[in-house]
Amino acid sequence: MSVDQSDITKVALLARLKIDEADVPQYVENLSNILGLVEQMGEVDTDNVVPMAHPLDAAQRLRADEVTETDQRDAFQGLAPQVESGLYLVPKVIE
Amino acid sequence: MHTKTITQLSAALRSGEVSSVELTSLFLDRIKRHNPALNCFITVTEAEALKAAAAADRRLKAGDVAPLTGVPIAHKDIFCTQGVKTTCASKMLDNFIAPYESTCTAKFAEAGAVMLGKTNMDEFAMGSSNETSYYGAVKNPWDLARVPGGSSGGSVSAVAARLAPAATGTDTGGSIRQPAALCGLTGLKPTYGRVSRFGMIAFASSLDQAGPITYSAEDAALLMNVMAGFDEHDSTSVEREVPDYTAGLDNGIEGLRIGLPKEYFDEGLDDSVARVIDAAVKQYEALGAVVREISLPNTGLAVPTYYVVAPAECSSNLSRFDGVRFGYRCDDPQDLFDLYTRSRGEGFGAEVKRRIMIGAYVLSAGYYDAYYLQAQKIRRLISDDFRAAFESVDVIMGPTSPSTAFRLGEKSDDPVTMYLSDIYTIAVNMAGLPAASIPAGFVDGLPVGLQLIGNYFEESHLLNVAHKYQQATDWHLQMPKEF
Amino acid sequence: MEWEIVIGLEIHTQLATNSKIFSGASTAYGAAPNTQACAVDLGLPGVLPVLNREAVRMAAKFGLAVGARVSPRSVFARKNYFYPDLPKGYQISQFELPVVEGGQLEIQVEGEAARMIGITRAHLEEDAGKSLHEDFHGSTGVDLNRAGTPLLEIVSEPEMRSAKEAVAYMKKIHSLVQYLEICDGNMQEGSFRCDANVSIRPKGQEALGTRSELKNLNSFRFVERAINFEVERQIDVIEGGGEVVQETRLYDSDKDETRSMRSKEEAFDYRYFPDPDLLPLELDEAYIEAVRKTLPELPDEKKARFISELGLAEYEAGVLTASRELADYFEVAARVAGDDAKRTANWVMGDLLGALNKEGKEITESPVTAEMLGAMLQRINDNTISGKIAKQVFDCMWNGEGDADAVIEQKGLKQVTDSGAIEKIIDEIMANNPQQLEQYRAGKDKLFGFFVGQVMQATQGKANPAQVNALLKQKLA
Repeated sequence: MSVDQSDITKVALLARLKIDEADVPQYVENLSNILGLVEQMGEVDTDNVVPMAHPLDAAQRLRADEVTETDQRDAFQGLAPQVESGLYLVPKVIE
Repeated sequence: MHTKTITQLSAALRSGEVSSVELTSLFLDRIKRHNPALNCFITVTEAEALKAAAAADRRLKAGDVAPLTGVPIAHKDIFCTQGVKTTCASKMLDNFIAPYESTCTAKFAEAGAVMLGKTNMDEFAMGSSNETSYYGAVKNPWDLARVPGGSSGGSVSAVAARLAPAATGTDTGGSIRQPAALCGLTGLKPTYGRVSRFGMIAFASSLDQAGPITYSAEDAALLMNVMAGFDEHDSTSVEREVPDYTAGLDNGIEGLRIGLPKEYFDEGLDDSVARVIDAAVKQYEALGAVVREISLPNTGLAVPTYYVVAPAECSSNLSRFDGVRFGYRCDDPQDLFDLYTRSRGEGFGAEVKRRIMIGAYVLSAGYYDAYYLQAQKIRRLISDDFRAAFESVDVIMGPTSPSTAFRLGEKSDDPVTMYLSDIYTIAVNMAGLPAASIPAGFVDGLPVGLQLIGNYFEESHLLNVAHKYQQATDWHLQMPKEF
Repeated sequence: MEWEIVIGLEIHTQLATNSKIFSGASTAYGAAPNTQACAVDLGLPGVLPVLNREAVRMAAKFGLAVGARVSPRSVFARKNYFYPDLPKGYQISQFELPVVEGGQLEIQVEGEAARMIGITRAHLEEDAGKSLHEDFHGSTGVDLNRAGTPLLEIVSEPEMRSAKEAVAYMKKIHSLVQYLEICDGNMQEGSFRCDANVSIRPKGQEALGTRSELKNLNSFRFVERAINFEVERQIDVIEGGGEVVQETRLYDSDKDETRSMRSKEEAFDYRYFPDPDLLPLELDEAYIEAVRKTLPELPDEKKARFISELGLAEYEAGVLTASRELADYFEVAARVAGDDAKRTANWVMGDLLGALNKEGKEITESPVTAEMLGAMLQRINDNTISGKIAKQVFDCMWNGEGDADAVIEQKGLKQVTDSGAIEKIIDEIMANNPQQLEQYRAGKDKLFGFFVGQVMQATQGKANPAQVNALLKQKLA
């Protein structure tokens, strides 16, 4: 399986990654090679195989419904590039 | 003193032969001296370390002592450490100081271990050579022109050069075992779920597992006694009693059934490495083990499958790095889209971007079944291979890496060749099994690792098997000359 | 052409847990921005989700209440997309294997026959935060307090055929989740929200038409208006020779119209896959049975009981069970009142609901509590006051003048039951109205009412009407 430039553009958009125009051919080659490696999977008959999402055959544990967290806004927002009045700021979103 | 094992250091601290402050200062000095050449630390926490050492000395005096009290240790920069920068070796997190502590590092602090600093790694643990770090490549202490392996390259380089007596690492596809092999150390990847993942920045959640990097299996057991255990903050953490990993180290291994997967000894393996592995296996036979050939028929599918599962999970795990709440944000974003794409485009390195794109691709509409679902099914087949094998053997052995440490830059232009160097380690992560790499000899002055794979939750047994070998050999005590 | 309308609803109910679905942060409404967003809610690096037991129990309870299958094994999946109110870049939801599958609900539109509406599924997921678009120097502000609040998304089959049916279904779910005490139902605060999938097709056609998804329908009224607008719009499009486009449309309540949401830079591709941070949710038979035992009497069951045991009419029972609070009010009042449920029903539906409506109050805000109303009705039953006087007592209670006994005492409203006193009044009235007396005795029976009125007037309504009747009959004969 090889990918072309439009695949790279599409997937970069989906993943919200800005890729320099000049780097696109490199990504095309790399991703095509990687998908070529992955291709071998297609040859395996897996009709009756149950997919394995997780290494351990275990069930989800449940947490008691208790409020255990306290307000740490100041500490958390100390990490943020832009805040105002307790809000995280991003460029204006148009709906 | 810097060449001693943790077992020895722990005894010296208790006897008062050395104080933690003295020991910590010694290692801090060594870091100052050698880190410029090796680049194995991203952050050195000198002041905090000396403070923690002083506190440990008070505990030692008061007799309130755990085995690691006062012992210096380095942590891979993937573990969040409260108040100390955690970068994952990415520009994205160059300014990130977590307001919380990972469970794993918290447990070491509680045991009285002294953190020397945070070690370099491949960016977001994606790499097998430690060349993808935003902070530059790490060098192999056995040959500065070569890679230490990855992604826990800083941790192994630091321990191999005796800049720290032990370090933590994480292993998603071999990231503890392969660098341990390439730098002549003992590295253990525990069973998935044995060590909490809370506070450990995720690469591929269903594969990631933290473990110890040490000189010896005995030291690894001491670290495991601290690291292992249930954590209510991690849904994938296993509620299961933690044994004393040191208890069974000396058990005899007469009659131990060793399986050698024929697929691990095929044409991809360097002959010289194969000879070292053969010799190690002979040594086990001499210790009373019984060796037989086994087959793990889906071995060849492990790398392809991994390069669907791991990128798929990472593409989603890394979506939170968006320049909004923490981490890198691009200058002057024009709009929201620009903010996202440039912050992420500029904040992530090339390998991380490649994997995110692969992951987004294999999960996208129209490809999910052929790639992701198929990979999950093959994951089951790979796992079943091991299950079947463990019905007739106790431990599986083989090479950790097909070759010794390669030269810096040798594979960095070709991701696929790089990926294939993890061919023997990846299947273990897919299955969630525990596995170790231990030093087994040298080829042209470069270390070779022997991989030991155990059944689920049999870390104790693996360490026992490794320890018996290390009692009979001294490969694990060899040191790179310049350090 | 005659068109058939096809509507399916996706209802998001915020589950009434104390803490978030995957973290220990509080879900309380109205806190200062981001003070209830912990590291997990913010999607900081390295932190992990752990599932809230209560959210699971609430989902199971809902499933059982609508006769659905509560899945023995369900799986959490990640829905991947970038948006500022979605901190992790994915929403943890359920995709292929939801916790609740199937189920149905009976709805009734006034004047039409009752219909069953199928419920496709209900799944657990986390709510997103809120983007505040008011201007921060050209920026949008993000408050993540709501991020991680547990939601149960209830998806109906596309089986509703009118906006009225959609509203009836939504109201039924709204009532049900409150009966089950799994959601506070507060639509203003966004605890109960609805999206509608609307399409039209020529009557008799099997295949579904292209649907549009209407967002932002946060009141029953908006649901009805938005659907009606959208149906008209689609008819206009098709009859004008155009085609309906599958899209998401936003309802603008100010303009009473739907409009297409700005098309994104890309088609949506959510790349769902099982969340590797969470394991499959497994609920065994014993668990499901234990939850079943906690189910309260459901609205339909309650309604049937009100009819069969309390002798209410279908309509009355329907009104009184529309909300759990009203039903509870009625039951308490009837119990305190004593024997006559019918009278209680009349009072609740008449005077009480009337007074509440007039002041725009909820039943829970009524100044006259169920106990107070019941106690007043008891005074009717034991002949302390008449039904007519009771209206006066009720008004006094409404205005905060105390309970029934206090009002009766204070205002001297107690019925006159002393027959000697009543007889004396009757005698006076007979003496003062000889003409009417004569006519009555000559056979003009309807003048009986005149005498009753006179007696009541003379006693300011306090004479016991039954007693007055009996004594009058005796004296006038």
